[in-house]
Amino acid sequence: MTTRLLINGRARDVDVEPHRTLLEVLRDTLGIFDAKEGCNEGVCGACTVLLDGRPVSSCLVLAVATRGKPITTVRGLERDGDLHPLQDAFLRHGAVQCGFCTPGMLLTAYAFVEAHPHPDRAAIREALEGNLCRCTGYTKIVDAVEDYARNRCG
Amino acid sequence: MRMIEGGHGFAGDPRAVGGVGGHIGAPHSVVGQRVVRHDARDKVQAATAYAGDWAMPGMLHGVVVRSPYPSARIRGIDTTKAAAMRGVACVLTARDVPRNTLMTDVPGQTTTVGPLRAKLHVLAEDRVRHQGEPVALVAAETLEQARDAADAVEVDYEPRPGVFDAEQALAPDAPKVHDEGNLLAHWRIARGDVDAAFAGAAVVVEGEYRTQFVDSAYLEPETGVAWIDSDGVITIRLSTQVIEHFRDVADVLDVPQNRVRVIGAYLGGGFGGKEDVTVEVYLGLLAVKTGRPVKMVWTRQESLLARAKRHPYRLRYRTAAAKTGEILAQDVELLGDSGAYAYLSALVLLYSTVTACGPYRVPAARVQARVAYTNNPPTSAMRGFGAMQTVFGYESQMDRVARALGLPPADVRKANALRRGDTLPVGQVIETHCALPELIDRAWAGLGAPTPPRAPHAKVGRGLACNLQPYGRIVWLHDWASAWVGFEMDGSLVVRCGCPDVGGGQASSLCQIAAEVLGVPIDRISVHIADSALTPLAGTTTASRQLYMSGNATLKASGELREQILGVAAKLLETSVADVDLAGGEVRAADGRTMPLRQVLAACARMGVPRSHLAVYHAPAGEPVDLTKGSGKIFPDYTFGCHAVELEVDTETGRVRLLKHVAAHDVGRAINPMSVEGQIEGGAVQGLGYAMMEEVVLEDGINLTTSFASYLIPTTVDVPDVEAIVLESGEGLGPFGARGIGEPPIGPPAAAVANAIEDATGARVTRLPMTPERVARALRLLT
Ligand code: FES
Ligand code: FES
Repeated sequence: MTTRLLINGRARDVDVEPHRTLLEVLRDTLGIFDAKEGCNEGVCGACTVLLDGRPVSSCLVLAVATRGKPITTVRGLERDGDLHPLQDAFLRHGAVQCGFCTPGMLLTAYAFVEAHPHPDRAAIREALEGNLCRCTGYTKIVDAVEDYARNRCG
Repeated sequence: MRMIEGGHGFAGDPRAVGGVGGHIGAPHSVVGQRVVRHDARDKVQAATAYAGDWAMPGMLHGVVVRSPYPSARIRGIDTTKAAAMRGVACVLTARDVPRNTLMTDVPGQTTTVGPLRAKLHVLAEDRVRHQGEPVALVAAETLEQARDAADAVEVDYEPRPGVFDAEQALAPDAPKVHDEGNLLAHWRIARGDVDAAFAGAAVVVEGEYRTQFVDSAYLEPETGVAWIDSDGVITIRLSTQVIEHFRDVADVLDVPQNRVRVIGAYLGGGFGGKEDVTVEVYLGLLAVKTGRPVKMVWTRQESLLARAKRHPYRLRYRTAAAKTGEILAQDVELLGDSGAYAYLSALVLLYSTVTACGPYRVPAARVQARVAYTNNPPTSAMRGFGAMQTVFGYESQMDRVARALGLPPADVRKANALRRGDTLPVGQVIETHCALPELIDRAWAGLGAPTPPRAPHAKVGRGLACNLQPYGRIVWLHDWASAWVGFEMDGSLVVRCGCPDVGGGQASSLCQIAAEVLGVPIDRISVHIADSALTPLAGTTTASRQLYMSGNATLKASGELREQILGVAAKLLETSVADVDLAGGEVRAADGRTMPLRQVLAACARMGVPRSHLAVYHAPAGEPVDLTKGSGKIFPDYTFGCHAVELEVDTETGRVRLLKHVAAHDVGRAINPMSVEGQIEGGAVQGLGYAMMEEVVLEDGINLTTSFASYLIPTTVDVPDVEAIVLESGEGLGPFGARGIGEPPIGPPAAAVANAIEDATGARVTRLPMTPERVARALRLLT
């Protein structure tokens, strides 16, 4: 079945079997490796993308069900080829180690700050609860998100 | 807030490493800076091609058929049905493997393994010894087809009695996991008159502790792609901490070692779990059999089911102390569970044996460590490597000694802390500074003002724990690493080094070292890592050794290259070598003249002076140590640390809320403080997972925690911020005086938490993880 997916503002028509997850279609059909597979059971958050602006685990979402709704991967955060300020904050704060959690972490954090422009550290921690990171211990990730949120509002 | 400080006025000690000692003491322009890593820049844009982000035309998908039984005889395997299924390219069993025996001992750049030889079958022959043991391989056009065919492989199992506990495994009538018996290794240290010390002690504290199986739980499961490249070279690109496994693949396939190439992708985490062979041998077999590219990605469930875990231990301690708190003797008995195969178990227990008494002066010690085979999943390397479980033992004991004597735990530790010149029970003299007293003071002070309890039944407590962790390999393994550094004609620089980057910034640190020595801006450097065919071999990214080993190799190569280039520059500028320097990507003379690097490099080409240098760094080597005689040096050096925690115990439910965590380590020199803090913070939280929640639950060898929904690792809300305190004594053996910091921070948290729980409630928890139920038991809320 041909389905039109809207990925980072571009329409992609793909032949998708109805049981395929969005993660499978992104990675295996389209060769878009922006979302990572850490568990394929909806727990780790490595496969997070934004669907209609909201973070979802793409390993749990059927690709056909996203038809017509905008999908944002981490590459969709960049602005005119420049890093998004949140990406930049992750770099300045050393919030990236192996990086396997990073795309999902960035997208969850981005959507959260969009909805909650003045979060405290506890709120940031709660928002990121569904994104596992085995490397950083989270402190620098929370630092980065906090810094980004603060500067974003000037 | 995190702090970096040079302690003790050591800063600036020029250390003669790699032939450029004079340069090292100079002020650093790149080393010590919070450099944004090139790999991080890629990773925030999802531009890193991890092992799974790789696909090739015509690629097949490989799947492993695994045993559902923890102990069974294989009466026969019928693959005909599976092989005939649609899309199936091949089905392989042990019979199809050219050499089905695989050595799993001490991988990497090592010459002597002695008694540590350990072997494994690539695919099970007539027996399976743990649930999840690989029995057959399937490759098919699609992953679904491969999985369906795997399900259709008919294995005729005859279940057999198994043994699932290390103690029971050592009973005389226990079922034998291997024909040689269940005792895999036994290490002993004896030093001083232990019995006399106990007889004369003011207090004797006895404790028994138990630690659990845990999983590395890197977010990226084991993954790779293999293909046959030109000239028949079997090429395998995967997530591995050890590219030297190309030799194992060659041995199994019975081809010359130079016909296998392993390319190590940037890893999505390793933590020791990707030190042993994972997918590479299976990929090699399938690619050779089919002649096509093959991809293999283990599922999370598969990874949790069958990959090597951390050894659970039973630790028995008896500690003798004088009234002053001085430790007089330790009598320690350790027992570890190796699971069904040896892997690195003997070595892991050796680390435990050497570190069993902690970072303290212990004049009399008896340590016995045994590790036994069981039908549990195999255990092997994991961050901390046997020097981790022992921290829970010796640091619980230190607190109990202090408590028994009515002395502050911090003071007892400081009074007993190792100093340069002291001798460990194994007979190794500590040759570098041990900053333990300062680390203790700093960590403790870092907790700040006490947090008031939130409710009447909540009690707040504090605890600390120290540790020592070796970095670098055992000296009789003759470790070495090599690196190549070279200028392109335009003055940009290339570093080549076989070092895998597990996410700790290994590759980026090499760039910083080269940038420092050669005066090249770091963004003018490209680094190529972890390719067994094209980068000089550098050994494993394990044992907290890469900054130390590959860092020293890169330092040495850069230093030699610097001499070569400056020799030519001095000639061109008609001055002496001492009066020229490399900085800002150009040559600068003492009198203020400058010359573009390009010009010097062109002159090098004309004069036949090489613009590159390949260097090999050899770690200090030594002879095998007779442990029972406590006869000498075993590790190159150690990293010391101290963590302090504050927590709140709900005395009605046993629930523990972690409030503060301060982690202080003497890292020698922080090449990139941001990466160093990252290691400390991440290690501390992994240690907290071990302390509070992580456990591979097994029932008669059946793994009940094969998903991330049941195997819980810390999330953002389970742990507090970690404050990393980075002390820089300049005393390490690595480049610029750096010490290894990959493993050390995982050690102290569990003991620090147990000590804080006792501080809060008076109850001692001796079993990990310290779940609410176990804490409630210690509080006698449950019986
Ligand atoms: S891969 Fe989707 S949540 Fe883990
Ligand atoms: S950086 Fe490795 S999992 Fe987060």
